[in-house]
This record gives sequence, C-alpha cells and structure tokens, in this order.
Amino acid sequence: MNRYEVFETVDMIHNEKLDIRTITMGISLFDCADENPKRACEKIYDKITKCAKDLVKTGEDIENTFGIPIVNKRVSVTPISLVAAASKTDNYLMFAEALDKAARTIGINFIGGFTALVQKGFMNADKILINSIPEVLANTELVCSSVNVASTKAGINMSAVRDMGQIIKQTAELTKDRNALGCAKLVVFANAVNDNPFMAGAFLGVGEAETVINVGVSGPGVVKTALEKVKGADFETVAETIKKSAFKITRVGQLVAKEAAKRLNTDFGIVDLSLAPTPFIGDSVAHILEEMGLESCGAPGTTAALALLNDAVKKGGVMASSSVGGLSGAFIPVSEDLGMIDAAEKGALSLEKLEAMTAVCSVGLDMIAIPGDTTAETISGIIADEMAIGVVNNKTTAVRVIPVPGKGVGDFVEFGGLLGKAPIMSVNNFSQKDFIARGGRIPAPLHSLKN
Amino acid sequence: MKLVITVVGKDQVGIIAKVSNILADNDVNILDISQTILQDKFTMMMYVEMNEQKINITDLKKAFEPMEENMKLAIQIYAEEIFNSMHKI
Repeated sequence: MNRYEVFETVDMIHNEKLDIRTITMGISLFDCADENPKRACEKIYDKITKCAKDLVKTGEDIENTFGIPIVNKRVSVTPISLVAAASKTDNYLMFAEALDKAARTIGINFIGGFTALVQKGFMNADKILINSIPEVLANTELVCSSVNVASTKAGINMSAVRDMGQIIKQTAELTKDRNALGCAKLVVFANAVNDNPFMAGAFLGVGEAETVINVGVSGPGVVKTALEKVKGADFETVAETIKKSAFKITRVGQLVAKEAAKRLNTDFGIVDLSLAPTPFIGDSVAHILEEMGLESCGAPGTTAALALLNDAVKKGGVMASSSVGGLSGAFIPVSEDLGMIDAAEKGALSLEKLEAMTAVCSVGLDMIAIPGDTTAETISGIIADEMAIGVVNNKTTAVRVIPVPGKGVGDFVEFGGLLGKAPIMSVNNFSQKDFIARGGRIPAPLHSLKN
Repeated sequence: MKLVITVVGKDQVGIIAKVSNILADNDVNILDISQTILQDKFTMMMYVEMNEQKINITDLKKAFEPMEENMKLAIQIYAEEIFNSMHKI
C-alpha cells in the first residue's frame, strides 16, 4: 500500500463521509402466522427479539474492529399482510405494535415490513393492512410501511393507486401535529425488491432465506470529491472516475456485510450499491450532479447527468461485491439531500423534473413535501404516473410524498434527523378525478411477455 | 490485528515520541513508520499490530484524543483490511 492510497482511504472515511449506511437484518415471519392474532403477535415479537438480539451490538463491534462508521442498524420482515392473513381480525394495528415493541427492545432505529403486495389484486388481508396504515403510522414510532401497487409483470393496480392517495391523506391528517411525519414512513412502489436494506421501503420478500444480512453503503461525498479532480474533462473520464469511486465504496460494504453475516451466524444477502444522501454537508447526490457542470440540480441536463451517475455507480460497484441487489443506484430524496433542498427552494427543481429524473435513477419521488390541500386524487395521479415509469422501464419506482396539513408553497417543513427538511413544492392542480375514479388495472406492457 | 494510523498536522517537536508512547502504553506494536513534511505539514503513516484482547480501535482512538487536542493534530486509525479491500483485488 502506498501513501497516496492510505490517505485517499482516510480522506474518504474521515472527510468525505464514506460510511456503511445500514446493516439490515431480514427476518422471515412466515412461521409466526396464527389464527389467534394475539398469539401471532407474541410469536412475531419473540422471533425478532431472538434473531436480532445481537444486531446492534454486532454493528458496534464491527465499527470498533474496522474503524468505519455504521450509521443504522435495522430489521426488515416478511410483508405483514402475508403473515397476518391467517389471523381472525379486521385491524392489524396490534401487529405493527408488536413490530414497534420488538424494534425498541433490540435498539434499532427502524423496522420495515408493514407491507402489502397488491400489484395484481387484493387478498382480504391486503385490504385490512392498507386500511390500518394511517392508524399504524400515527401510533407507532419505528414501523415503516410500504405497498407495492404495480409491476412490469402485472401492470398497475389502479384501485390500489386510488386507495393509496386516500391513505396518504389520512396518514397526514392523523400525524399533522408532527408535520405529517407518518407519510415519511410510507412508500408506494412499482417493482418493489425483496432484499432492499433501505427504509422506508424495506421488507423481506418471498423466496428469501430465514434470516439474511443486507447492507447499504453510501458515499456521495467520495464521488463528488473524485469528480472535483477531473474538472472540465470529457464524459468518459467522468464515468470512469465515478466507477472507480463506486468500486472502492462497495468493497468496504462487502467487507462489512460478510463480517456482519459471519458474526450473526446468518446468510449474507446483498450489498446495495446505492448513493444515499443525508441532509448534512458533503453528503449530497445533487452536489455530484452540480459538480458535473450544472448551475443547480434541476437545470436542463440534470436527467442526463443523473443517468450517467446511476449507470457508472452500478458498473463500478458490481465487481466489488459477490452479490449486488436491493435498489442499487442513486437516491434522490429531496428533504434528505442538502443540494436538492437548495434547488427546490430556489425554484430550480420542480416535481415534474424530479419525475423525469426518476426514470433514470434507482428509486422515485422521494421525501417530497407538497401542499396540505393537495387532493387524494391528485396524489393518486402522481402515484399513477410514477408507477407507469417503473412498469414500462422495468425498474423500481416509488412515491413517498408528504402533504403537510396547513402548509402551502413557500412554507418550509422540518422532519428532523436523517429525514431532513424540505420546502413545500408546487403541484399541478388540474383535476384527474374521473381518471382515478375508474379503478381496475392498467394491463402489463407488451414487453412483460418475455417467455 | 493490523491497523494503519495516520497523523497529520503542524510539524512540532515530539509527535513521533508521543504517538509511540501512547501505543506502547496500550500494548500496540509498531511494524513500520513512514513520515514526511509536505508543505510545512507533518504527515505520518504507521503500520501497527494491536492485541484485540486488550483494546479495540474505538478505545485506542480515545487514547489519542488529548494529544490530538493539545497538539492540533488529526489522528485516524483504521483496520488494514479496509485499505486492502479498497486497493487490492
């Protein structure tokens, strides 16, 4: 190892905020199903607290061993609609309370999996779960919820899209004393992945192991600093530079993931190659795009810049890990990214531009605060558009919007911590009421027929 | 386990002596040192072996905190494996 390499690595971790963003333990809850809901909840609590009892300590031990910060330790579980389906009850709040209590007991900061998968249709349990969401997000602290309403194979369940617009509004209303914080813990997906380690959309899908360790790395600051050294160079150079940085970042993720799986006596699942920003200085994806030569994120050229970034991150990271999965790409959550916050505040970044950006990055419309008087139909319309992008482009897309009651364009809302803060963004208010009222399913696109 | 320690700051008398003393107090063995002055800045890279039964990285970092504060130095400590995984295929 030479001096340059040593100091490069030290700078990455110390100055450029390279960290392991999350170690997420996936835990299957299928064996917790029980006709008696109370009994099912006891089994869920017992299983999570048994399987993940050492998760937080192991994360801290690995920090102490390698010296690399591990920001979050989390748990994802089997979609609760699949586990609770066996139970005779018409409200799943008690399941969420069991998850919340288990999460507190083991000391993690979020638990994901209050989830329903309804891309093609609803089971009875899915309906119960979806109707429970507002109450769950208002009455629990650490539980994250997601609903997959579309997939390239199944098309878009427009009845679910319609329902989710209302659910998001109800969640906002029930958590209005906390700036509609409940909505920050609720994601609507197209093509949701089974091994996502990032919240709020994490759950452990069908076909996964009993328990599994998935790791998300992060390092927007590393990529930005690397690009600062190639100012004015052509795009081949930009892409190569990002690839090299992504490779190095991912190698650290792989090291930690393997070590965590070994220490927890668990399967190693995947490393998620995502560039996940935080609302702190030097940790912004928007600033990477600006480093490429844009005055502000959101300026014409932003989508192309993001497409390049997203692709180069994957190309660089894929060889660095034995198993890549999750969402893998660049995240663009507005409230969690200092550059995005600035761009939205000065009017450089609109909801429509963000929608275009989601066609070329790893997720979707994420952590966007919108006026509190936005109708449920308009939110459903936003969801439908985003789902269409995911379904047609064969990628994951998501919507996590927060209609903040009592706030309008020009206001600013604080969520605190990693969830950050955001200006309320303007929404196109022309009506789509009759479109959303139709319900039913938009069929899968032709290219879903691959066999 | 093997660690890499880097020390960066204004050149002054006694940096290596003090670092070595703290390492000796914590039973950490020095395997290699390379040090230079870059534009008035003292930069040192140390390759050491730590007894995991006796101390971990977090506590070793804490042991250096008063020295960092008093002498205005930036001292970083990471496991060798981090560097290997990044720079060696």
